[in-house]
Amino acid sequence: MNSLLSSALGLSYLVASVTFILGLKMLSKPDTARRGNLIAAVGMAIAIFATIFLYTNEDGSFLKNRLLVFVALALGTIIGTRAARTVQMTQMPQMVSLFNGMGGACAALIGIIEIYHTQPDEKGKLLAICAGLVIGTISFSGSVIAWGKLTGRFSDKVFPMQQYLNIGLMSTILVMAGFIIFSATISPVMLYMELLLCIVYGILFVLPIGGADMPVVISLLNSFTGVAAACAGFLYGNKAMLTGGILVGSAGTILTILMCKAMNRSLTNVLIGAFSSKTTKQAESEHGDVKEVSLSDAAVMMSYAKKVMIVPGYGLAVAQAQHTCHELEKALEEKGVEVSYAIHPVAGRMPGHMNVLLAEADVAYGKLIEMDEANSQFANTDVVMVLGANDVVNPAAKNNKQSPIYGMPILDVENARSVIVNKRSMNAGYAGISNDLFYQPKTSMLFGDAKTVLQQLVSEIKAN
Amino acid sequence: MNSLSEFLNASTLQTLYVVILMVFLGIEVISHVPSILHTPLMSGANAIHGVIVLGAIIVLGKVDITNIPAIAVGFTAVLLGTLNVVGGFVVTDRMLEMFKKKTK
Repeated sequence: MNSLLSSALGLSYLVASVTFILGLKMLSKPDTARRGNLIAAVGMAIAIFATIFLYTNEDGSFLKNRLLVFVALALGTIIGTRAARTVQMTQMPQMVSLFNGMGGACAALIGIIEIYHTQPDEKGKLLAICAGLVIGTISFSGSVIAWGKLTGRFSDKVFPMQQYLNIGLMSTILVMAGFIIFSATISPVMLYMELLLCIVYGILFVLPIGGADMPVVISLLNSFTGVAAACAGFLYGNKAMLTGGILVGSAGTILTILMCKAMNRSLTNVLIGAFSSKTTKQAESEHGDVKEVSLSDAAVMMSYAKKVMIVPGYGLAVAQAQHTCHELEKALEEKGVEVSYAIHPVAGRMPGHMNVLLAEADVAYGKLIEMDEANSQFANTDVVMVLGANDVVNPAAKNNKQSPIYGMPILDVENARSVIVNKRSMNAGYAGISNDLFYQPKTSMLFGDAKTVLQQLVSEIKAN
Repeated sequence: MNSLSEFLNASTLQTLYVVILMVFLGIEVISHVPSILHTPLMSGANAIHGVIVLGAIIVLGKVDITNIPAIAVGFTAVLLGTLNVVGGFVVTDRMLEMFKKKTK
């Protein structure tokens, strides 16, 4: 009976592992992504219930306190579902960070209980406990800080000697881990101290990194929690945890690197270099004045165009003008204008931010065009309307070797016949640098809050 | 030397196989991801590492009911793990809801 149960449990874990692999693979393609998520969820559910009902200890007994387990599961499900359903779409990265932190905390708590059930000679077990605790805790506190930064609660704090402090702290953490694993006695107190050190390290690790770089950091912390889960898997000889954990650790790391590539910055640059324009000397070109365009003129330009491309940016999200933007699109299409949206991979505050924003406004998915495709269409475009985007259309990325954004692929809107830029003022964007696009002869500025400006444009176009 | 060979027993070696294979699989699975899927993929991976909840269930399931502090910690661990799993999958689903092709 015992071996039948453990076979059934092992089989459930195998099924779960397969769903994790399959689910993740399917998540990398738009057509299968949603199903992939569902498949992985089903596999997880199988693993959870199999553990509750089929897990047997060495003496053949089942798990205890199952009522408590169910209460915790139910509570977590209710709260988690509510939180995930009610949060605004543009706050998604924060939620991901928060849930990630909870996973890390879970790993740490497992370690805290397990140390009391470990003998000093069980070095492998101690290593797994320590590693899970260290990685999980750093991921936890780091994720909380990342959440705070994205919700605007914490600002960037850079202080002198920061690198040395972090290196010193990490060395202490590693040395202490060595003590915990190799000492002749089990010392829970040392583990609690290690816990504290790791909480501090996680905070200091994330605190100086810029708010717009948080998605990269969250992706990195995501892979950390995966490794922590794998450590617990090693501790219990649990193949499902091992598989899921390493898969996420590995895939998460690659994803982090991919995200950095889309910004054309290295990971070290994101983690260590603060994106400061104070220290970079750029060759500031002769600017001259910007041309402004009136609402009625802009409306006429767009109404009588054959093809209009809209470039959305973070400003559109801030103004919450995505619905009005859709109104503009519809008004123009009624006039026979072809309208599409050029989406830069890092427009906004996270990859896919603009897609989510526009989808929320019921903009058809097919109207969103990726950067490379959009760049090939600009030469045929009569009017480009830039809505709250700045760095992603800054030609300095191509022309100015000293520019902090040099090398980042951008949307070549200057190839279009005319460009209208909507901003609230001439203030710099995230990169804090000036944008030569605004001073070019084909470009005119339409100042004002995006929502108001777009509403007025729509009325003008309809009246035309 | 002896303890090293004890450590590298059949079970550990098998675990090593799984780890190495999963690393390669993770790399393979993430290749050719369009940038608009970066965030949902990150969210999905986040939900999957919630598999740590299995460890929490096992821990809570082994604690003596009279050991109140351990029960509290174990309960919290299961709660946190569940939040990671359920919250993670639901958030990912919401993000992907927006990607379905709208029929005109």
